[in-house]
Amino acid sequence: MSDTPAHSVAFVRETPIPPADPPATERGVIKWVRENLVSTPANAVMTVLSLVAIYWFLALLVPWLLNGVWNAGSIRECREIMAGSGGGCFAVLTERWHQLIFGRYPTDQYWRPTVAFVLLFVALAPVLFQTVPRRLLIFTGLYPFLAYWLVWGGSILGPIFALAGFAVGYIAYSRLVDRSFAMGFFGGVLAAIVTWWITGFLADATGNVMALETVESRDIGGFMLNLILGTVCVSLSLPLGIVLALGRQSSMPIIKWICVVFIEFIRGVPLITLLFVANVVLAYFLPPGSNFDLILRVIIMITMFAAAYIAEVIRGGLAALPRGQYEAADSLGLDYAQAMRLIILPQALKISIPGIVNVAVGLFKDTTLVSIIAMFDLVGMVRGPILASTDWNGVYWELFGFAAFLFFVVCYGISQYSQWLERQLQTDRR
Amino acid sequence: MTVMTDPPRESFRLSMLLNDTRYRSYTFQFIALIALFLFIGWLISNAAQNLEDLGQDISYGFLGESAGYDINQRPIEYNSQDSHLRASIVGVLNTLIVAFLGCITATVLGVVAGVLRLSNNWIVAKLMAVYVEAFRNVPVLIWILIIFSIMTVSLPGPRAFRGEDPSSSMLFDAFAFTNRGVYAPKPIWESGSMIVVITFLLSILAIFAYRAYAKKLLYDTGRLLPTFWPSIAIFFVPTILMFFILGRPISLEYPELRGFNFQGGMQIRGSLIALWFALAIYTGAFIAENVRAGIMAISKGQTEAAASLGLRPNRIMNLVILPQALRVIIPPLISQYLNLTKNSSLAIAVGYMDITGTLGGITLNQTGRAIEAILLLMLFYLTISLSISAIMNVYNNSVKLKER
Amino acid sequence: MKKSVFLGALAVSGIAAGAASAATLEDVQARGELNCGVNTGLVGFAAPDANNNWQGFDVELCRAVATAVLGDPDAVTYVPLTGKTRFTALAAGEIDMLSRNTTWTFTRDNDLKFEFVGINYYDGQGFMVPRELGVTSAKDLDGATVCIQTGTTTELNLADFFRANNISYEPVPIETNAEAQQQYLAGACDVYTTDASGLAATRAAFENPGDHVVLPEIVSKEPLGPLVRHGDNEWGDIVRWTLNALVSAEELGVTSANVAELANGTDNPEINRLLGTEGGLGEMIGLENDWAKNMLEVTGNYGEIFERHIGENTPIGLARGLNAQWTDGGLLYSPPFR
Repeated sequence: MSDTPAHSVAFVRETPIPPADPPATERGVIKWVRENLVSTPANAVMTVLSLVAIYWFLALLVPWLLNGVWNAGSIRECREIMAGSGGGCFAVLTERWHQLIFGRYPTDQYWRPTVAFVLLFVALAPVLFQTVPRRLLIFTGLYPFLAYWLVWGGSILGPIFALAGFAVGYIAYSRLVDRSFAMGFFGGVLAAIVTWWITGFLADATGNVMALETVESRDIGGFMLNLILGTVCVSLSLPLGIVLALGRQSSMPIIKWICVVFIEFIRGVPLITLLFVANVVLAYFLPPGSNFDLILRVIIMITMFAAAYIAEVIRGGLAALPRGQYEAADSLGLDYAQAMRLIILPQALKISIPGIVNVAVGLFKDTTLVSIIAMFDLVGMVRGPILASTDWNGVYWELFGFAAFLFFVVCYGISQYSQWLERQLQTDRR
Repeated sequence: MTVMTDPPRESFRLSMLLNDTRYRSYTFQFIALIALFLFIGWLISNAAQNLEDLGQDISYGFLGESAGYDINQRPIEYNSQDSHLRASIVGVLNTLIVAFLGCITATVLGVVAGVLRLSNNWIVAKLMAVYVEAFRNVPVLIWILIIFSIMTVSLPGPRAFRGEDPSSSMLFDAFAFTNRGVYAPKPIWESGSMIVVITFLLSILAIFAYRAYAKKLLYDTGRLLPTFWPSIAIFFVPTILMFFILGRPISLEYPELRGFNFQGGMQIRGSLIALWFALAIYTGAFIAENVRAGIMAISKGQTEAAASLGLRPNRIMNLVILPQALRVIIPPLISQYLNLTKNSSLAIAVGYMDITGTLGGITLNQTGRAIEAILLLMLFYLTISLSISAIMNVYNNSVKLKER
Repeated sequence: MKKSVFLGALAVSGIAAGAASAATLEDVQARGELNCGVNTGLVGFAAPDANNNWQGFDVELCRAVATAVLGDPDAVTYVPLTGKTRFTALAAGEIDMLSRNTTWTFTRDNDLKFEFVGINYYDGQGFMVPRELGVTSAKDLDGATVCIQTGTTTELNLADFFRANNISYEPVPIETNAEAQQQYLAGACDVYTTDASGLAATRAAFENPGDHVVLPEIVSKEPLGPLVRHGDNEWGDIVRWTLNALVSAEELGVTSANVAELANGTDNPEINRLLGTEGGLGEMIGLENDWAKNMLEVTGNYGEIFERHIGENTPIGLARGLNAQWTDGGLLYSPPFR
């Protein structure tokens, strides 16, 4: 406290002045706009150009969406209803949605692929998210058999016996693996084959148990076919890709050579030529009289294609592991199989996950190529039966837009998951 | 001092082939080799059996036969009486044309989008993010079909240019954008035009020489020569001078509407444009991501270090950031080029006559020689891929960080 | 590796599903299904409708053969095939017969080792142009842009025609009929060329069919017919005589409406032999004697099939023309059932 008399100074400020607001140009929206949109003249020009582009795009898109006709029997009706308002003829989607999604699948059986699709998420959950209880992995193991039964129908015994073969094989493997990995592996394979051979007779004898109406592979189409090809081929190509990657890293020259040739050959040719092979040429190379489903031949080819790419991703993961990990495994006295199974692969796979997801997204998109070999997937349905029909000839944007939208939703979802996972993995390492 | 004696040498026993790690790998390889040969042998014997049953054989004689069909885009002379082999070569050249154009456009688009996505202009960055995500997440086949539909449905047909009061008109009387493609003036090379072209090529060489000299001067003496304006001058002045000195030996042939179509000039067909653009925009989205990743991979410290050395911003970019970023960007860039080339086989969806459309399309249909045609098709793509990979390996080795 | 059983199970079902050998008839009967190759989508000839049932002129032949062989018109697996895949699918035994508007040519018959068993549609390649172009003859088309569907003999005929008349053109190859239609309507090509039947079908689907004319020139002979593999003559005979039975039935006045009545016996011995009440012709080709009766009950005779799918009362609206009975001035002439 000062002793200066109060009257000797005209005015004493006893409380601090409240801070003045920053100038209007330096706060709130205006500041944000100044900094982010018009910081330099060049920047301002770009902003204006962007706004024009956005306006132009929306001016096309919004009336098309808002004035769309959702209820009409043909493109001519659509045009009458719209009377030149420039809307889209979305009636084609409401009328043909079942063909776009399910292909020629029997109409009264749509619940089956739908259930299989919903269960797919349950089965994938423990694989995708570490927080989900591990016990669900059992369901993941059962899912392929369940899904096969649901989608293709037939007696449930087929998938059950197939599963039994794997179970027996696994038991034999776990008994024998203590002796050596090779013994366990071949023992397991042998046990599985014997089981399938025996149950083959059983299946013939017992006939139909809990049989669902059988659906021919040929009748499977639409977006469902894309999803089936995508999931089946990715899951099949993963183990194959691991084997190829290990083979390519192997010190045994012949094995390495075989893997290198396989991988480079597959990666060197476009998928479409492999599909031509599946469609046109493969039949020549199978025993006379045998006849594979086209869908099966395509699955084989796409799986080989994906496996080669996944092998390269995993090879990257293997190469990124510090040498010390290999040496540590050696110094523990682990043999090759143990070292790979317990030390190297778990880490290498973890590093490779983002790459594998990228391959998976690319593969899923590439399943549209089957439309070129006359399979009626989503794009095939659009280009074939729907656009060729008298009713809907000329409805391009609505159909292609719908197809693009479905693919975008799925692929964007997967890539967002992949980015999330990458962040998770990063925090782990820090 | 003790002398180490070798352990007693074991004599080789048969069981060691399975149990001894020294020999086991031979066993495995032997088994794998036998299995491979058996598998290949099985395939070949099946094929032989099947072909015999059908009374067919494997023969490449069809390549010499007359093809019988016409191709619209012919980089080399071709008519329907030429052989299937020549038709295939036309296809190969068409593939290379679309791949080359696509790669260049994709690179430009990708670099621009990648850099703009890191721009501090919020709206531009977001717009680029939308572009990248929209194109990366939708199959390229759908994009090709969409762009092809845009081309055919939105652009006017040549008929719209006709009549007293045409609904469309040519740009500068030189360019016509129709749904059959874009028509542009074509240069006519008269005598003496070679000299102009050579002058032009020489002046490009001169630009490089001048820049190398400027750089050397900078490193030797520290003197900074201007490069931008002299380069521009060297680029234009000699060629234009030569052009006029020789009495304008190069003239332009303008397209004009005659009969059903525009005649004269240069036509870039709709199928080529659709394929080219679709591939470029699609691949550009991937390249944008690579470029962004490459730039972000360079730590901020590099920029700051360069700034503290007193370098100006554009020199920081040219001398410090780009050389490092390029090492990250180029390998994935080249594999994107490879993908683009392979994706160009989707030409078949829009009727562009590339190798898949000629050899793998009409030739295969007309001759029924499926095995032979597809084998040749695969060999062609394999050759391209392997050569690009080889170039990539050479490059990778040359830019590898020399760690000492 | 969990999902490889998927593959295993599929493989088992796939191999079980088809086994092709020389004795196609036995295979078809053992399988209980006829595998029939059809077009991927050509309205009127073969196209799946909104309920996913295959419909069309070519499809009826598959149904007829299935009825003759298996007694069930629906025991057919339709295999949609493109121009590229049709021959391999047949050669590899994926299908038992191909009924996909395929032109009978020398090389297909001999070099590709197939057997054309007859002609179910006499076609020829024509041109369609917008009326406003004022073109009246294909020879006026110098410099025109022509849309063609790839994978057919069309390209070759076109090249030959323009070469023979020494006029130039610009071919625009298109994969599917729908896309060709889009190109043509948008004016990206001046002319659309394909088989005259296809032109009629395409034109019928237009908003204003009157704005387009089909030019009088028919530049090629396109005898379209079903085909089977070389080497199995018994099977070839079955398909051949199924087609002949359809044609004969029309000539003899047997329709789906009166076939049951006529099968009780008539005064016309040829009808009796056709319908199996006399002569035992069916057994000679390894079928029941009343095979043709069963078949005609389901599909009707050639004329009925024609009218139902592509005739003048359908949107496609094709006249019989060359495809009329020989008695009406057409080319349909079935060998006698004797």
